[in-house]
Amino acid sequence: MNFLGMLGKKTIEDAAVKAIKKYGVGSCGPRGFYGTVDIHLELEDRLAKYMKTEEAILYAYGFSTIASAIPAYSKRGDVIFCDAGVCFSIQMGVLASRSNVKFFKHNDMEDLERLLMEQAEEDKRNPKKAKVTRRFLVIEGLYINYGDIAPLKKMIELKYKYKVRIFLDETISFGVLGAHGKGITEYFDIPIEEVDMISSSMENSLASIGGFCCGTTFVIDHQRLAGLGYCFSASLPPLLASAAIESLNLMEANPEMFAELIRKCHIVHDLLLSLPHLQVVGVPESPVKHIRLIESKSTKEDQIALESIVSQALDKNVAITCARYLPEEKFCPPPSIRITVSTEISDEDYKVAIDVIKEAANTVLTEVS
Amino acid sequence: MAFDEGVVRNGDVKKRKHHNQGAVANGIRNGHTICKQVPTSKVKYTKKKSCESFEEAPMLIAIVTYMAYALLVVVGHVRDFLRKLCGEKNSAAKEFGNKGFVPLYSDFESFYTRNLYRRIRDCWNRPICSTPGGWFDIMERTSSDYNWHLDVTGKSSRCINLGSYNYLGFAEDSGTCAEASQETLIKYGAGVCSTRQELGNLDIHIELEKLVAQFLGLESAMVFGMGFATNALNIPALLGKGCLILSDELNHASLVLGCRLSGASIKTFKHNDMKSLENVLRNSIIDGEPGTYRPWKKILIIVEGIYSMEGSIANLPELVRLKKKYNAYLYLDEAHSIGALGPNGRGVVDYYGMDPRDVDIMMGTFTKSFGAAGGYIAGTKELIAHLKFHSHSSVYAISMSPPVAQQIISSMQCIMGLDGTNTGRHRLRQLAWNTRYFRRRLHEMGFLIYGSDDSPVVPLMLYMPAKIGAFGRECLKRNLGVVVVGFPATTIIESRARFCLSAAHTKEMLDQALEMIEEAGTVLHLRYSRLPLEKKTAITSHELEEMPVLE
Repeated sequence: MNFLGMLGKKTIEDAAVKAIKKYGVGSCGPRGFYGTVDIHLELEDRLAKYMKTEEAILYAYGFSTIASAIPAYSKRGDVIFCDAGVCFSIQMGVLASRSNVKFFKHNDMEDLERLLMEQAEEDKRNPKKAKVTRRFLVIEGLYINYGDIAPLKKMIELKYKYKVRIFLDETISFGVLGAHGKGITEYFDIPIEEVDMISSSMENSLASIGGFCCGTTFVIDHQRLAGLGYCFSASLPPLLASAAIESLNLMEANPEMFAELIRKCHIVHDLLLSLPHLQVVGVPESPVKHIRLIESKSTKEDQIALESIVSQALDKNVAITCARYLPEEKFCPPPSIRITVSTEISDEDYKVAIDVIKEAANTVLTEVS
Repeated sequence: MAFDEGVVRNGDVKKRKHHNQGAVANGIRNGHTICKQVPTSKVKYTKKKSCESFEEAPMLIAIVTYMAYALLVVVGHVRDFLRKLCGEKNSAAKEFGNKGFVPLYSDFESFYTRNLYRRIRDCWNRPICSTPGGWFDIMERTSSDYNWHLDVTGKSSRCINLGSYNYLGFAEDSGTCAEASQETLIKYGAGVCSTRQELGNLDIHIELEKLVAQFLGLESAMVFGMGFATNALNIPALLGKGCLILSDELNHASLVLGCRLSGASIKTFKHNDMKSLENVLRNSIIDGEPGTYRPWKKILIIVEGIYSMEGSIANLPELVRLKKKYNAYLYLDEAHSIGALGPNGRGVVDYYGMDPRDVDIMMGTFTKSFGAAGGYIAGTKELIAHLKFHSHSSVYAISMSPPVAQQIISSMQCIMGLDGTNTGRHRLRQLAWNTRYFRRRLHEMGFLIYGSDDSPVVPLMLYMPAKIGAFGRECLKRNLGVVVVGFPATTIIESRARFCLSAAHTKEMLDQALEMIEEAGTVLHLRYSRLPLEKKTAITSHELEEMPVLE
C-alpha cells in the first residue's frame, strides 16, 4: 500500500542508513527505560506540527496503535459506538477494552442516531450511572474494507448533540485525503480540535513501520502511562523513525503529490468500471478499491473465482491480491480483489495492468457462467 | 510414580530441598548444565548449583514503607482539595471545549499520576542520543515547575548503561551486523507496506525463519514485526472458548492481553511455585468448565523464561514433568532468556540441557539479545502452518522491516558461530561471567538482590517510595544509567532498581558501576540484607578468577 511511492526513495534510504550509523538497529528498551531516542521526540514533534495538534505519540507497530489506544480510555462500563465496517485492529481494541460495544450499520447515520437515542433514553432512566459512563464513537476516515469515506460532518453534529467523543482512525486516509495529505479533517475542512483523537499508521503513506496518535495534550498524555503497546513494548527502531521523518519532509516539500494521487485514483476508477462481471466498490478518490463480482453465488465460489483471476494476472506480471480476512471478523465483508493506487505507477502501466485483469476476468468468469 | 523418573533429561536430578529459616525461603535447585544436545560448543559453563534468593524485607522497613505511602496519599488528597477549592495552581493539562461531556478520566485514576508519579517523573522516559551500547549519552532535562513539564536542555552526559536490554552487546552502530543491515536497507527499502499473507512475504523473512528454527533446534518457526504483538495476536489464534489457560501471576502484560483476547478461561498460580501450579491443574481438571462441568478442550500453561522484574528463571524440568503428567501444553515466553541463558545461548532449554521439543510453543523476541525488533514463535510444522493461516498478525499486520530482519540474521549467525568467528562464543561467556561477578559483588556489599545467580537481570530492592526517585537521581549524578520501578509494575512495597548486564560491559566498567552503586547505596542506606553471604548465593570468588578471553 505504497500510495505516495515513498518505498525506494534514495533520500529516505540515506537518512535511514545515517541513523543505523549513529544509533545501531534496535532501541533495546521500552520508552520508559532508555528506549526513547531523540529521534522519536523529533518525529513526534514533527507529526504534531504537521497535523496541527498539540501532541503526538509514537507506537512501534501499526496494528497495536489503535488496539492499545482505545482500551486506554474506555473501560468496563463505558459505551462504544463502532461502525460495522471497521478493520480488525479496531475490533481487537474494542474487545480488549471490555466496554459495552454497539455496532451500527456501515456509514448509516440513521442507524447510529437510533442507537444514540436508545442510549440517551437509558441515561434518563438511570442518571447516576449516566454521569460516569463515558461514550465514544469509533470510526475510520477511509475504510480499508470498503473504500469509502465516513460522513464526518454529520458525526460531529451527533457528537455535540449526544455528547460522545470521536476517535478517528486514519490508517489509509493520512497522506491521501486533503490538499496537504492531512486526512479527512482537511478534506472536509473541519477544525482538527473537533475530533478528540486521531490515530494513524506510518506503514502506508510514509512507507515506514509503526503508528501514531495525535490530539490535545490532555488526551494524548494519558496514553504514555496507560497505552499497553507503548509502555510494555520496545520502542520503534531509530532507522524507521528516521525514514518516517524523511518521508514527512518529502510530503511537506512536494504537496503536488497528493493531487497527483487523487488524479490517478480517478483514472484507475474509470478504467476499472469497464471490467466485465465485476463491480468497483469505493469512492473514486479512494486509493484502495475493492472489486467484487456483480452476481455473487456463494462466498466460497466467489473466493475461488477471484483467486484464479489473481493467479492468471500474476502469470502476466501483474501483482494484485485478494483481500484477506479471518473467520473471527465480526462482520466479514464479501470476497474481493483489492487494488491499491500508487503515484509510482504511470497511467500507461495502469491501462496495461487493467487490460490484463480484464482478460483474466473474461476467461474465468465466462467459464464459470 | 512412573512419570517422575527418566522424563527430564537433566544430568543427575536430585530431589529439591527447601531451607526454611526464619524469614527466608531459599530454593536450591540442581542446575547441571551438561549439554546433551548438538555439541557445538566447547565452552566450559559453570557446573555449580544455581541458587535463587528472595529474601524478605526486614519488618521495620516494611512498616516504614507503608507509612510513607500513607503520608503521600494524605498529602495528595490535601493538595487536590486545595487545587479544587482554593485555586492552587493546577498545571495539569485541561480539556477545552467538550462542555457537558462526561469527564474522560475519573479523579481516582489520575490521582496516582498527579501526586505520586509526577514527583519523580524525571527518572523515566529519559531520552538518549546515541547507540544503547555499554556506554550511552543521556540527554539532560530540567523542570521549572516541579516536574509538570520537562524540557530538554541540549546537553548530554556519557553514562554506563545498566538499563537497556542489550545482553549480548549487539546494539552497535558499526561492525558486520550494522553493515549488513545497511546493505539490506539499500536493497529492500525501510518499510514493506503489506501483510505476510498478501504481498509482504519477502525471501529475507523465509531465510530468517529457517535460521530461527535451526537455532532453536525445532522444526519450523515464524517471525512477526513486534514482540508485544506476537503474544497479543497469536494466543487468540491458538485458543478459544472452552479452553483453559494457567498463567503465572507475574506474567508480562502482552501475555495477559493475549489471554484475555482469546476468550479462554484464565487461572493464575503463584509465581514459579510448582506446587501451586499442580494444585490449580488438578482442581481445574476435576471441576471441568465452570457451569457446564465439561472437560476442557485444551489446557495451556504459560510461563516466561526469565521474569524481568524478579530475575527468576522458570523451573522448566518440573514444568515439563507436570505438563506430561496432566496432558497439558506448555507455552514458553523467552523474551529475556533467549541468547542470554545457556552455554550456547539457546535459552532456558539450553540452560537445563533439555530437549526443545518438550516445549510445545516456544516464543521469544529479538529486541533484547539480538539488538533488533520483533518476535518469533517456533514449534512443530503443524503448529506453524496453522499460525501462518490463522494468526491475526499474518493477515492484518505489516511484516517485519528488511534491515531489522537482516540484523537478526547476522547476529544469530554470529552467536551460532556460522560467520566463522569466535565472537559469539566469547560474548556468551562474557555475559555469563559478568552476571556472576556483578551479583556476587552486590551480595558482598550487603544489598538485597532478588533472582537466580545466572540471570543477567539483577533487581536491587529499594522499598521506600522516596528512595526510588533518589536512587535514580543519585546514579545519574554519578554517570550511571539505571532503571527504577515502582507500583504498578511491582507490588506496592516492593519497588526496586533493576540492572541489565551486557556482554558489552568490561570488568573495568562493572567495577566503576559497582563503586557508584555502593556510594549511592551508602548515602541512601540501602543495605537491607540480613543473611550471610553463603545463604544468598552459590557463586564463589574462586570461579570468578578465570575471566573469559577472546581466542
